[in-house]
Amino acid sequence: MLLQLLPQSIVFGILVGALYGLAAVGLSLVFGVTKFLNVAHGELLMLGGYATFWLFQLLKFDPFLSLPLSILFLLVIGVVLYQLVFVRMVKLPEEAKVKNTMLVGFGLSLILQNIALRLWTADDRGVTTAYSRIAYTVLDTRFPLIRVVSLVISLVALLALHQFLKRTYAGKAIRATVEDWEAASLMGIDVHRIYLLSFLIGAALAGVAGSLVSVGYSIAPGMGLEWTLKSLIVMVLGGLGSFVGTFVGGIVLGLTESLAGLAISGSYREVVGLALFILVLIFRPQGLFGAKER
Amino acid sequence: MLTLENINAYYGDLQALWGISLQVQEGELVALVGPNGAGKTTTLRVITGLLKPASGTIHLHAESLTKDPPHKIVELGVSQVPEGGRIFTKMTVLENLELGAYGAQARRERQQTLKEVFTFFPRLEERQKQVAGTLSGGERQMLAIARALMSKPKLLLLDEPSFGLAPILVQFMFEMIRQINQRGITILLVEQNVRAALELADRAYVIENGRIVGQGTHQELLAFDSIRSAYLG
Repeated sequence: MLLQLLPQSIVFGILVGALYGLAAVGLSLVFGVTKFLNVAHGELLMLGGYATFWLFQLLKFDPFLSLPLSILFLLVIGVVLYQLVFVRMVKLPEEAKVKNTMLVGFGLSLILQNIALRLWTADDRGVTTAYSRIAYTVLDTRFPLIRVVSLVISLVALLALHQFLKRTYAGKAIRATVEDWEAASLMGIDVHRIYLLSFLIGAALAGVAGSLVSVGYSIAPGMGLEWTLKSLIVMVLGGLGSFVGTFVGGIVLGLTESLAGLAISGSYREVVGLALFILVLIFRPQGLFGAKER
Repeated sequence: MLTLENINAYYGDLQALWGISLQVQEGELVALVGPNGAGKTTTLRVITGLLKPASGTIHLHAESLTKDPPHKIVELGVSQVPEGGRIFTKMTVLENLELGAYGAQARRERQQTLKEVFTFFPRLEERQKQVAGTLSGGERQMLAIARALMSKPKLLLLDEPSFGLAPILVQFMFEMIRQINQRGITILLVEQNVRAALELADRAYVIENGRIVGQGTHQELLAFDSIRSAYLG
């Protein structure tokens, strides 16, 4: 019985893991560039989910085709949050930045959760399209269409980010700022603009992840904390500095949770994820795919 | 060309610079020498805007740099090679050079500048696809200087370019600095290698405990007894 379910658990683990990866890449990019630990990242994801939900519910927009609109919505939210709140912490020393952004992030997450409660109530919501129940079966293993499409979109988003960072001047400036912001500013890079740019990219990635969650799974106003935690775990799993590593870390977490659910019990999924987090911190603090610090 | 007037600067509560005034004329090669912790690097940080002075003014020609952020100062033609080079080790040699030409003006001319830089540093052309972290110490320092030249600076600030290099490379490095200066780029050179710096430079300032304690040509500075014994042994 257990063995029969194994391939299915692996497939579902990978499919949800891609979303963990996408969420974590956003958080990791923002942290790498700005040293802001935005614990309201999960709330940005939640807002992305509700953007898709409303566009579908009120305007009958297809959830995948409306992705650009959700992204646009998150960019606006991102600019507002950055200019209103985060910009004040830009000049703090690194350690104070991490602490202060965490505190402010917790505050923001409470505010955003309560706004969401007002607007959408505490009910679990989801987007159910005409094609939501389509699934392909290969060798007795089910591949739900929308989750497979979500995986493809996650990969496309990651690839787009990779190309942006590798090919464009702005992307190279982001990488330079991650490595040494002072040297970057001596190149003529306006580091504060690079901060804003990365914050917006992080918000947009969270938005995409949230939209995909609203289609393949379900959303609720209180979902943010769980996603922030998962993103943090994945960020540590993958190791800082490599976005491909972070994404793979997401898939590792998805797989671990799914297999733990199968082997032990579904209610222990979270525990296993956190246990993995602690094990990595003890034995491989540079992350599964990170290079050792010199 | 560059004028610092009565600069006082702090790290937190600690005063690092006390009334520093210095001048660099167009085309000159000026050295700033002194012991470790005297304020040499801090002076450069104040010029490039990484550290804002509590009082005093900085001018490039008639233009005030005192309140400008670092990225604007680069666009005005001041480029710094920081201590240790601080190249971007995870990026390729070519990417490092491209970042050197980040400002709008330099970016438009970067293909031409790149050619010039490669004729000057042929070694870097051979290694352009290589990740900068894999370069040797001498090559890294070359890359750091080449990267600074990519912004087409009028004034080049060099912080300890000889630091950590083998003696034979030090000679080569100083020869290269002379050539860069001969091409019309004004240079302010910070060095602990006082003898070599004084031989190379037109003039020098001596800094101690955050204060300028002497200035002049090589010969004039040798007349300072204290300087001769302290730096030349």
